Amino acid sequence: MGARQEAEIVACIPSLRRYARGLTADAARADDLVQDTLEHAWRRLSMWRRQGELRAWLFGIMHNVFIDGVRARRLRDTVHDDDAIAAVPVRAQQSDGLEVRDLDRLLQRLNPDVRAVLLLITVEELSYKEAARALDVPVGTIMSRLSRGRERLAAMRAGREPVTPLRRVK
Amino acid sequence: MMKDKDTLTLKATPGSPITEADLHAYVDDVLSAGRRAEVDVFLTTHADARANIEAWTRQKKMLKQAYDPAADEAIPLRFAVRPPARPPRWLAAAAAVLMAVASGVGAWVVRGEWDQRAMAVRAPASAAAAKAGDLGGFVHRAAVAHAVYTPEVRRPVEVGADQEQALATWLTKRLGATVRPPHLGDVGYALVGGRLLPGGVGPVAQFMYSANDGRRLTLYVTREAAGDKSAFRFSREGEVNVFYWVDEQFGYALSGDIERAELLRVSEEVYRQLG
Repeated sequence: MGARQEAEIVACIPSLRRYARGLTADAARADDLVQDTLEHAWRRLSMWRRQGELRAWLFGIMHNVFIDGVRARRLRDTVHDDDAIAAVPVRAQQSDGLEVRDLDRLLQRLNPDVRAVLLLITVEELSYKEAARALDVPVGTIMSRLSRGRERLAAMRAGREPVTPLRRVK
Repeated sequence: MMKDKDTLTLKATPGSPITEADLHAYVDDVLSAGRRAEVDVFLTTHADARANIEAWTRQKKMLKQAYDPAADEAIPLRFAVRPPARPPRWLAAAAAVLMAVASGVGAWVVRGEWDQRAMAVRAPASAAAAKAGDLGGFVHRAAVAHAVYTPEVRRPVEVGADQEQALATWLTKRLGATVRPPHLGDVGYALVGGRLLPGGVGPVAQFMYSANDGRRLTLYVTREAAGDKSAFRFSREGEVNVFYWVDEQFGYALSGDIERAELLRVSEEVYRQLG
């Protein structure tokens, strides 16, 4: 415990932000997710027994926080269906290229678990085993989600797959 | 949560049939050299697999390019970069150790090797500290920290220069005012990284720089001497040369085992950038 562990966690923040950005497609939501993840991490730090990379452990915490949020939002959306917000949040930043926003939109149409695996493997470059540990699933599950994610993203980009219509604000 | 229908497994037994899992692992560069060679052979006769690999590789590159910039953005100060509430015990303990060294009474017990390093600056410094010029002892502490950490091979810094944004945010939060490492490339020193250290009354920041020939400088940044605006001053602490000065917010001490003129040249650049 101490400055060294603080420093190790701090050094992971850029990765956490990048991953969160891909997961949520929304800069503000992504940073909320990072903040929640860090708070959880500090409380559970004693449970991290240096099995594997700290970064993978943090990704695991982030994933749980994220999935909890997705569930809560679904629940909320069903309750207040009348004023449901568009399912895909729009990023506020002007600086983002069209390409990135396009990609954000497509990623949001993937199942969150599939999206998580795709990002952890391609952007964060975790090994399959590390990703399996982070998400607490077998390596085979990582492989099949990766396969599905690559397949579907490619199909959507090629326009082969009908895009599920967004719910609109009335 | 949806159930995974099909489960792909990585069977890397030599000679076993190439599976889709092998193709993914090829793209992600996690195959053994032997298996990779087998896939390479397979690809020469399977155009569809080759097309998949090319498409997935492009996709991977595209995703990285899209999201990598998010890792380089300045980090919001609201992030929890330290444990909540309870003040860390190491801070008090380490501060006590450093104070003991500074007063020349206690033993330096953190690590045997450090003892010697710290000794290199200890004796002459008590005389130097007696002079009014030492601004609460921070110059001496800077020289001790320089002597302790610059020879460190395995872990000279806690956060490396590749995480400069994270480093600056962390230290800014911990010191309670904007801290950033100056860029000294123009005067021949590259940032190695930084660490947080206990000062006399609170945390201080140490940035480390390295020249091509491996010589290292450290910049010690503290808020302890705030308010006593001062000009450049020079102090020799054992084998370590130190230039130090104070502006409104911070006290700075640049330490190095290098010639005074060279150190002054770098100090001027630091001053120019940080005020």
